[in-house]
Amino acid sequence: MRSTHRIRVIGGTSLALAMLLATGCGTTGPGDGDAFQVWALEDAAVNELVEAGIESYNASGDVPAELVTYVNDSYKQRLQVALGSPNAPDVFFNWGGGNLSQYVDAGQAVDLTDDLEAHPDFRDAFLPSVLDVARIDDAHYGVPILGVQPVVLFHNRAVFEEAGIEPPETYDELLDAVDTFQERGVTPITLPGAQGWTQLMWFSYLVERVGGAEKFQAVIDGEADAWSDPAVVEAMEMCQDLTERGAFGTNFSSIDYDNGSASALLATGESAMFLMGTWDIARQQQDSPDFMASGDLGYTAFPAVEGGEGEPGAIVGNPSNYFSVNADSPHTEAAVDFLVETFASDEYVDGLIEAGQVPAVVGVEDRLRESEHADFATFTHQLVSEAPSFTQSWDQALSPSASQALLTNLQLLFLGDITPEEFSQDMEQYL
Amino acid sequence: MRTATPAERPGFAWAAPALLFFGLFGLAPVVVVVYLSLTAWNGLGSPQWVGLDNWRALPGDRDVGRGLAVTLTLTALCWATQTPLALAFGTWAAGHQRARAVASAVFFLPLLLSTAAIALIWKALLDPNFGLPSQVGPWIGLPDGNVLGNSSLALYAIVLILLWQFLPFHMLLYQAAARQIPRSLYEAAELDGASPFRRFWHITVPQLRHTVIASSVLILVGSMTYFETVLLLTNGGPGNATRILPLHMYNQGFIAFEMGYASAIAVLLVVIGTGLSLLVVRVTGYARMTSQREGM
Repeated sequence: MRSTHRIRVIGGTSLALAMLLATGCGTTGPGDGDAFQVWALEDAAVNELVEAGIESYNASGDVPAELVTYVNDSYKQRLQVALGSPNAPDVFFNWGGGNLSQYVDAGQAVDLTDDLEAHPDFRDAFLPSVLDVARIDDAHYGVPILGVQPVVLFHNRAVFEEAGIEPPETYDELLDAVDTFQERGVTPITLPGAQGWTQLMWFSYLVERVGGAEKFQAVIDGEADAWSDPAVVEAMEMCQDLTERGAFGTNFSSIDYDNGSASALLATGESAMFLMGTWDIARQQQDSPDFMASGDLGYTAFPAVEGGEGEPGAIVGNPSNYFSVNADSPHTEAAVDFLVETFASDEYVDGLIEAGQVPAVVGVEDRLRESEHADFATFTHQLVSEAPSFTQSWDQALSPSASQALLTNLQLLFLGDITPEEFSQDMEQYL
Repeated sequence: MRTATPAERPGFAWAAPALLFFGLFGLAPVVVVVYLSLTAWNGLGSPQWVGLDNWRALPGDRDVGRGLAVTLTLTALCWATQTPLALAFGTWAAGHQRARAVASAVFFLPLLLSTAAIALIWKALLDPNFGLPSQVGPWIGLPDGNVLGNSSLALYAIVLILLWQFLPFHMLLYQAAARQIPRSLYEAAELDGASPFRRFWHITVPQLRHTVIASSVLILVGSMTYFETVLLLTNGGPGNATRILPLHMYNQGFIAFEMGYASAIAVLLVVIGTGLSLLVVRVTGYARMTSQREGM
């Protein structure tokens, strides 16, 4: 008798589990209801602004919008799986460039060119270099929604003053500064080399300064031997030269950006310089308020390279993030209306400035001057407005597989494990 | 109603729930992955049939050969550290010493923590400027505290963390098994004048043979497919020094979005993992399932 009882228990349990499984799948998808879904990354300050934009849009629009947010780490996977399925968003957050072009190639993004033509005020509100990052094959697929985040050279003013030198304006001055700081026992430059994208900042700026913006454009266009271009190879050699000089100290490949240790090294004066995106100022504000209050956080554009072909004002970084419209959405018109109404509006732009961002919008200098980090915001806006070119971070501009290989090769290059030739050779397969 | 005696094989109905779940969550995904390994798919749209292209690309991929070597090294080091220590600690914990219960409880703590938490704690602990290496490093010949960024040390650091994390589990297996060894064996040996070491070597170890095998299979197959700690701690770095094969598979699938190629690596891992456990079971005679216990 005992055995029959057990069979019944096991059978009952497995049946219950099977039913759970069956009902667990197949929940109805968003987007096919009465509202259209806007997918974005979790970011308290910005989410609030988008939410406010949605509310004001919902007051007048035919189809209401609804914001759904995700944490950064899993967002790309989540979007990749959702697009083309019934659970897809109607409007989705993306990085422009190579990231967006995947969705364009798969026919998942709506061509917004005609809509921008129809609303010239909206189109012309944005900095052209930023709007163009979401232009793929001469058609626009995205609207900038966040502030510009170029990469700049931060420094610790107190450490420079103690050493009696000025922040470097040219690459030679940078090398001199490296030597000076080494003699003084200060790590010249913080490099969180546990993550390849921080090394990419050095590499891409050096390629930019040595060879000009067209060198990376050649990579994007898939031109043969683009990775073996003399300017690209020279930039790699400069990276290795910096490492060998001890510019980054000896333990840089253990340093991680995400846990805040790199920013802390600059704030405590253990290192003198730090090449990082402008977003680092928010981290310094949060983690080292005393350092921010002292006014010791200095910043300059990346130094010019003497004899280089690139223009000294050209910048590299994250132009913005974008909202694009899913081509499968039943509400494309409403979604486009929502984008046009919201993202160049005074309320939204003011909100971005208040949240500490520098909007990718023309004519906001006066408003930036009244913001919290007025000097830094004005510096950033000027840098971007005057830049002859704004190259998107390469790891976002390239296809995911090429960028993954690039980051690995960069780490190996900085470790001295591969030569520039091996680097070029390995990358050629992704052209 | 007849009841099953130990000699009889239980009916199919007994195995049905297990088979159902194994089929649904074990076999079915493998079949799908084999199919995906013959396609090109970035997660968008539908997979495109490419035949054996992904399989042909495997040998030319620097990170596959390297990844396999790193994986096998990690597996071997994990086994070589975890097995002897778990055996020693487990046997000790099976005794009746005074401090045993308290010490065991402390040892078991890592078992209660989630893997992600363990990896993040260790990552913070191993920070070169603000963590342990900055204090301890100069004493052990690492003045710059460069552990996770050092191509050869990073792997050893991972082995040590995995040891700390998984030792308690294997200890538990040995403790339980050691408690089942009949006291009479030890009493007889004691009468014959065997030293404590000889009693351990000639009674405890042979009696624990099946536990050693079971625990080894778990360690070998587990380390083979191990992944989370490495992802969170070094993400395969510095460079590709700790890029084990499962991590390479994940990167290809979910970072580079080459699902087809990642599936080919996954099939390779299934084959190697299965082969390894079959080998261990065959070599050790575990499959014959004869009881080692006295009188059974």
